Amino acid sequence: MALRSTDILTQTPQGLYCPLGDFHIDPVRPVERALVTHGHSDHARSGHRSVMATRETLLIMAVRYGAEFAGSTQEAPLGESLRVGDVTVRFTPAGHVLGSAQISIEAGGTRVVVSGDYKRAEDPTCLPYEVVPCDVFITEATFGLPVFRHPDTRGEVRKLLASVALFPERAHIVGAYALGKAQRVMALLREEGYDRPIYLHGAMERLTEFYKSEGISLGETPKVVAAERPKLAGAVVICPPSSIQDLWSRRFPDPVTCFASGWMRVRARARQKGVELPLVISDHSDWDDLCRTIRETGAGEVWVTHGQEDALVHWCTTHGIRARPLHMLGYGDEGEAEEASSPKEDAGETA
Amino acid sequence: MNRFAALLDRLGYEPRRNAKLRLLMDYFRHTPDPDRGYALAAMTGALMFKEAKPGLIRGLVEERTDPVLFRMSYHYVGDLAETAALIWPAPGHESVAPAGAEPAIGHNNPPPHVPTISEVVETLATTSKSDLPARVAGWMDALDETGRWALIKLITRELRVGVSARLAKTAVAQLGGFEPDEVELIWHGLEPPYEDLFAWVEGRGEKPESGNPAPFRPPMLSHPLEEEDFEKLDASEFMAEWKWDGIRLQAVSGRASDGRPVRRIYSRTGEDVSRAFPDLVDALDFEGAIDGELLIVREGRVQSFNVLQQRLNRKAVTPKLVAEFPAHLRVYDILTEGDEDLRDLPFRERRQRLEALVARLGDPRIDLSPMVPFSSWEDLAAARSDPASVGAGPDADAIEGCMVKRAGSPYLPGRPKGHWYKWKRDPYLVDAVMMYGQRGHGKRSSFYSDYTFGVWRDGPGGEELVPVGKAYHGFTDEELVKLDRYVRNHTVNRFGPVREVEYGRDRGLVLEVAFEGLQRSTRHKSGVAMRFPRINRIRWDKPAAEADRLETLEKILERGEKEIHPLKGREAERREG
Repeated sequence: MALRSTDILTQTPQGLYCPLGDFHIDPVRPVERALVTHGHSDHARSGHRSVMATRETLLIMAVRYGAEFAGSTQEAPLGESLRVGDVTVRFTPAGHVLGSAQISIEAGGTRVVVSGDYKRAEDPTCLPYEVVPCDVFITEATFGLPVFRHPDTRGEVRKLLASVALFPERAHIVGAYALGKAQRVMALLREEGYDRPIYLHGAMERLTEFYKSEGISLGETPKVVAAERPKLAGAVVICPPSSIQDLWSRRFPDPVTCFASGWMRVRARARQKGVELPLVISDHSDWDDLCRTIRETGAGEVWVTHGQEDALVHWCTTHGIRARPLHMLGYGDEGEAEEASSPKEDAGETA
Repeated sequence: MNRFAALLDRLGYEPRRNAKLRLLMDYFRHTPDPDRGYALAAMTGALMFKEAKPGLIRGLVEERTDPVLFRMSYHYVGDLAETAALIWPAPGHESVAPAGAEPAIGHNNPPPHVPTISEVVETLATTSKSDLPARVAGWMDALDETGRWALIKLITRELRVGVSARLAKTAVAQLGGFEPDEVELIWHGLEPPYEDLFAWVEGRGEKPESGNPAPFRPPMLSHPLEEEDFEKLDASEFMAEWKWDGIRLQAVSGRASDGRPVRRIYSRTGEDVSRAFPDLVDALDFEGAIDGELLIVREGRVQSFNVLQQRLNRKAVTPKLVAEFPAHLRVYDILTEGDEDLRDLPFRERRQRLEALVARLGDPRIDLSPMVPFSSWEDLAAARSDPASVGAGPDADAIEGCMVKRAGSPYLPGRPKGHWYKWKRDPYLVDAVMMYGQRGHGKRSSFYSDYTFGVWRDGPGGEELVPVGKAYHGFTDEELVKLDRYVRNHTVNRFGPVREVEYGRDRGLVLEVAFEGLQRSTRHKSGVAMRFPRINRIRWDKPAAEADRLETLEKILERGEKEIHPLKGREAERREG
């Protein structure tokens, strides 16, 4: 007899928990054993007794938290089945950032897939998403409203380059999350033939070096030296989103404030952040891809972890798929709908 | 259409005037005729579509979307046009139709192609009402999110990207290194798509003739007078007039080539409003351009703005309306007389020319705004606080402060610094208690930014708060964040986008509300309506029980205003001056 899905996975204050395997997935508090989907800080935290993740995710955690970020670590090679307690787990590419993976858990003929954060769009800096057929699919819903349809990233990057050409005396300051988005923007600029140096805020440096050491070519990416800022007319500068309105960015020549994020699809969001050139580039699935992915997994049941759960649950229900929102806290834009004054996309580096 | 959409998209985010100009010029330079001309027409408000209305889009979207998903999306986005543009399920998109819905009409049409702006404008102008939905749906299918958003803006004729007609014309003028006024003067003789205009500024053609012998000239605007200005400004260099609570108009009279008189009345934005004021047009028996305030005068007494609104709000101008609400122009400046441009003369001299012209006219419908004599700023402060004491007589109620003008200033278009100042009467203030917060729109979507407030009165069950108004500005962005948080943390009830907050004798937030006037209103529970209310201060410190009572408002009412009509539109537009 097949197990019930809740025997395989339940919800605890620490996050999703597998009783049969005695481990948590992306726990928000320190636990005995954690399986981690990807390196963003709201999913990959330090202080667990043991951590299992892909090689890249483990390295990213070491870059961010130091080599001692966990008691012990175990590498999960992509596509390999591993026995953990009474279940079999398998890591499969999620297409979100370098090293990101979905985790499937199988026991007694039932398969549950925790997708973590994922996207279907092309990304030159990480492996593409692979569909894993399953009985229960656990999905995020950061952009779970039909108003979110991410455009072709090439068009967005061309928008940036057109602006650089029209305003050669101004510096273009691009806000982008330090892990994944920043490097993706650099790679996209290179794909469009932009061969001048791309300047980096200090906070971008180590992760960008890590990407390069993994064989991803991003061209020349010097760190901005404070004294040089006034001289960078016409340059493209990449910095964390929190710095685009900082004094830091005001020292550049007549800066054009840009922000690469899926939130930029909604004008009011961009204006609230004082963005002048929004670039709709997201590392999450848009509405169409969320729906498509749910269908392709063939899952009869869907759990929605965080984001705009209600709309996606409504869609599943009207399409004959059982669905429930988990209202999980601690991930991505937690409470974003309520907390308009402090949209968490700043802190969560997830969008 | 995609280039135009990209332009609007970029303009909407660009706060700097000079950068906007660059973007506009770049577009005009690189876009062929007639596309750029139709874009210019859209930005100057010169397009008019008889059958294409905002409801058309709404209907198309509703046919194609699940109402639950549409409602959730709208609440998130906060703007109907943008929601429609983003949610539109084009071919290849995930369906958002209600389960089991029939395929929407318009989907059996030939494969969609991205239209040019010219094609859109020409089709909207000529297609019959019954054929329009399919055409528009086809375009919506072919365009991307930004394109659809621009198309909706074009159809609803509200671009709202921070580009005035004036700025768009300035960009065209600068293509050829001309002054914007040169375009302004010939503008009324031009028609979309303005190929002759572009040919002229690009040096490929003759300057188009001004087809308008009575053209609009951009008016001179003022800055508010701030406390610190008094130290810097020498009273002896200035002259003062009353600031009238009416509508700024420019009356122009000229002669067509066949000698026929052409008389026009323009709003301060250059809109030709002659048809609304036939009585005033009759009185323009001169040649020149004069600047003044539209007022309603009955039996020699200027009526309040409430009365003026009753004339403005009517669509049809009947003889009865004209008799009941006689339009009057109280003038304060002259721009041209005959063929002579007077705008370079100092204000002092223009005033003499104006006085002579008004005397010659001898028409009671056009009179002079009197000068207010003063020798020091203290004198003027006294006059401003009691206009009746310095000869304003029965018109004192229609005065909302003073205009202070430098005697030596030329007449300069726009809002030049250091020439004209407005010194408004102090607003009324009242302490009220916040009762409801409502989510804002546009820039403030998802913030609780509109607040309904009330004052105390005797109710059947003792003291109660009665709502007296609603305000959505006056506070800073930082204060908005705090007010938003206050609403969220003190919610007791939710009604869609509205939240009721805690209030009572021992709890609640006191808001000091400033407003310009009061009138009786049958639409409001309290029986009063405020004009132009805004949050003056947030009184975090003040107990709710100490907020004002309805009697305070009743007293203000008794002092002045006597009309019994609810407020209607127009307010914001008028206030910008």
